[in-house]
Amino acid sequence: MTNWRWDFVWEILPRLIWATGNTLLAAGGGYAIALVLGLALAVAQRSRHKLSKNILRELVEFIRSTPLVLQIFFIFYVGPQFGVWLSPWTAGMVAIGLHYAAYLSEVYRGGIDSVPKGQWEAATAINLTTTQTYWRIILPQALPPSLAGMGNYLVGIFKDTPMLSVIGVGELMHTANAIGSESYRFLEPYTLVGVIFLAISLPTAALVRLLEASVRRTLGMS
Amino acid sequence: MTFVEFIITYYPRFLSGTIVTIEQFVLASVLCIFLALLAGLMKLSPRTSVRACATVYIEIFRGTSLLVQLYWIFFVLPLFGITLDKFTAGFVAVGLNVGAYGAELVRGGVLSVPTGQWEAAVSINMSPGKRMSRIILPQALVNMLPAWGNLLIELLKGTALVATIAVADLTFEARQINYSTFMSAQSFGTALIIYYVLARFLLTPLMRRLEKIMARQIGRE
Repeated sequence: MTNWRWDFVWEILPRLIWATGNTLLAAGGGYAIALVLGLALAVAQRSRHKLSKNILRELVEFIRSTPLVLQIFFIFYVGPQFGVWLSPWTAGMVAIGLHYAAYLSEVYRGGIDSVPKGQWEAATAINLTTTQTYWRIILPQALPPSLAGMGNYLVGIFKDTPMLSVIGVGELMHTANAIGSESYRFLEPYTLVGVIFLAISLPTAALVRLLEASVRRTLGMS
Repeated sequence: MTFVEFIITYYPRFLSGTIVTIEQFVLASVLCIFLALLAGLMKLSPRTSVRACATVYIEIFRGTSLLVQLYWIFFVLPLFGITLDKFTAGFVAVGLNVGAYGAELVRGGVLSVPTGQWEAAVSINMSPGKRMSRIILPQALVNMLPAWGNLLIELLKGTALVATIAVADLTFEARQINYSTFMSAQSFGTALIIYYVLARFLLTPLMRRLEKIMARQIGRE
């Protein structure tokens, strides 16, 4: 291959592996925010308030149909304009979390909709509060069918973390850029980043498929 | 500066950015649809070698990030003697990336056509090419169009990343305006709204119409 240098690969590999840790951390943090916020969005969309329901729907549509990279810029730069300074890490994880919360809320919504109406009526009949109904009756039944969708978006978040490099989060892409501009060698760092992404996302995606199949089997869907 | 003044001062730049974004979108879509059809059909081939080629393409482009692919195409490909200018590198990367996702839709769409249709086409002695283009693909297309609507929105969002290699698209212009005015909410907010309008009030209705027309074409409505 055109002057691929293995000694350079070994030189930069430790830095890239360190940065992979940061990438995983950013993805994990963003995912945690998305899981919680997505559930809140899904439940809030079931409120009886017509207006707030429509506003939330439109908000979810808005987040889903605009580019994540622009949302990252927005959250990172708009804060200081109003006197709130967010670190790149915080802004990045919030942006990714918010973006994927919109996607996950749709996954949860599908799961909640799949719970038979009788379950809601039964919960009302035995006088459970709304909170109890959700925690004890609805969510335990709604979440298993949502697991596959949740897993797919975990892989999705992981693959979107390079966008955080635009505001200077020191993840993989950012590190590869730094190596490139220090050494004027782009072949090895960018190729290695690609290989690292493949090495993590392909097995994870395969695991998600296995999970999906086993959930389907357990729930008797196939 | 009020928001109205802001818009009056900077609307030409937002406009030119939007036009570049639409150009990127159209060119990337064409490439994406072509690659999706090619790889999707290759994945259904009876030959293992053909299937393997398609699988390698799909897994590589779905397994890594669009940004990584974009940088690789723009910064590394020249080392192999293939130099693309930033505009071309931009839509080529987006098209290649989304095409890999589209290939799975094509495969699913073709598999969703009932076997009776294949058998009927064989029984009236159609050649494999004719069978595909006249019987299978039109029905597969109708089945997969709704999913394509979503994928094309993802593609539109993907084009925002070309700003990182300095293609003067909408995201790039918003960033430039932000650097010179420090009016972040206005510059990024306006760009977000333009993307939203493009996706929700242009692309989505267009796809809905196309779904209706295609369904009528094959007599499903």
